[in-house]
Amino acid sequence: MNSPTPSQTVGPFFGFALPFENDANAIEKVTRAPAGESRDAIRIEGQVLDGAGEAVPDALVEAFRGEQFARCRTDGEGAFHFTLHRPVASDGAPCFEITVFARGLLRHLHTRMYFSDEESANRADRVLQLVDESRRHTLVARQEGDILHFDVRLQGEGETVFFAP
Amino acid sequence: MSGFIIPVKALSDVEYEPPYLYPDYRSTELRAPKHEPVRLPDEWFHDAPGPAFGRIPVRVEDADLTRQHRAEPLGERIVITGRVLDSDGQPVRNTLVEVWQANAAGRYLDPIDDHDAPLDPNFTGAGRCLTDDHGLYRFVTVKPGAYPWRNHLNAWRPAHVHFSLFGPSLSSRVVTQMYFPGDPLIPLDPILSSIADPRGRELLIARLDLDTTVPEWALGYRWDIVLRGRRATPAET
Repeated sequence: MNSPTPSQTVGPFFGFALPFENDANAIEKVTRAPAGESRDAIRIEGQVLDGAGEAVPDALVEAFRGEQFARCRTDGEGAFHFTLHRPVASDGAPCFEITVFARGLLRHLHTRMYFSDEESANRADRVLQLVDESRRHTLVARQEGDILHFDVRLQGEGETVFFAP
Repeated sequence: MSGFIIPVKALSDVEYEPPYLYPDYRSTELRAPKHEPVRLPDEWFHDAPGPAFGRIPVRVEDADLTRQHRAEPLGERIVITGRVLDSDGQPVRNTLVEVWQANAAGRYLDPIDDHDAPLDPNFTGAGRCLTDDHGLYRFVTVKPGAYPWRNHLNAWRPAHVHFSLFGPSLSSRVVTQMYFPGDPLIPLDPILSSIADPRGRELLIARLDLDTTVPEWALGYRWDIVLRGRRATPAET
């Protein structure tokens, strides 16, 4: 028997232990040029919200793609932020894998963040194609000036699409 | 030997994951998604590489939580060790293991912990290490205390150590908690009880191990971890 070790919640008290210092910024940590990825730094900001629309102030959000990895604990307003290199299309539209942990989540959640200016690539993306069209917008960041906004709604109206094997 | 052919693969695929919604754990009620997740083919998860961690500076002393300050922390000194394996039982080498926990009085260093129990100036309660060629990890720490948590009247968490592991792929990522054998709070805990099958709950309880115990110095606990996924290759290439 090699059943996977089951998950348990990250709890509320991980902030002093995870993440590392300056963990939300992946740019300074990639020592070599990120293979196949754009050099443009992008700023991502978002909020984690619960089923009542209230901020989730004790979530851990991770973003990664290729060599890049960043994680951020949400603040009192449920806000998180990342600084990353913009990924380029490889197999499918460019995106970041996003993982969400929180008190009250007995297992983590997995979603993806796509880019709004990649319409044709997004239309052809085989993962997005599996998602009901009316919910796809929850996976696409909103560009506002230099900042990409990507909120994670755990439950209720506008609930983010989550993926599982 | 009996004449039965046991479908080993099918057995090894049994999973004991907790549900997202488990009302006895009240915080799940507004945080569990209502929609079913969109199912991606299993191999997309297994093929998708996890985050790269070559750059993380893990120092040897990060695995000894009793030597991160001027003096040793109060509490019962313990060793926690075990192997990290994939679903085929193969060792997962050179993978990051992170732990965090309350001190012996049941208090986290975290600023949002307001439990009225003393902090220990000699204990942070956070550690990390990389697994070795056999998939082994090992931490020295003190046994964490139980603490109240307001989920319901007189709710107390059993002593536990939080673990975070990445493994080689998107599907192998896990954050979980390790419990101690014989803890009378275990049957009362909604977080552990969210795993319906007692066999699943057992997977999260370490065992006292005299081979790990260091005579005249520290009790030893053994706890193996299985990450989802097969044919894991060594993490660093």
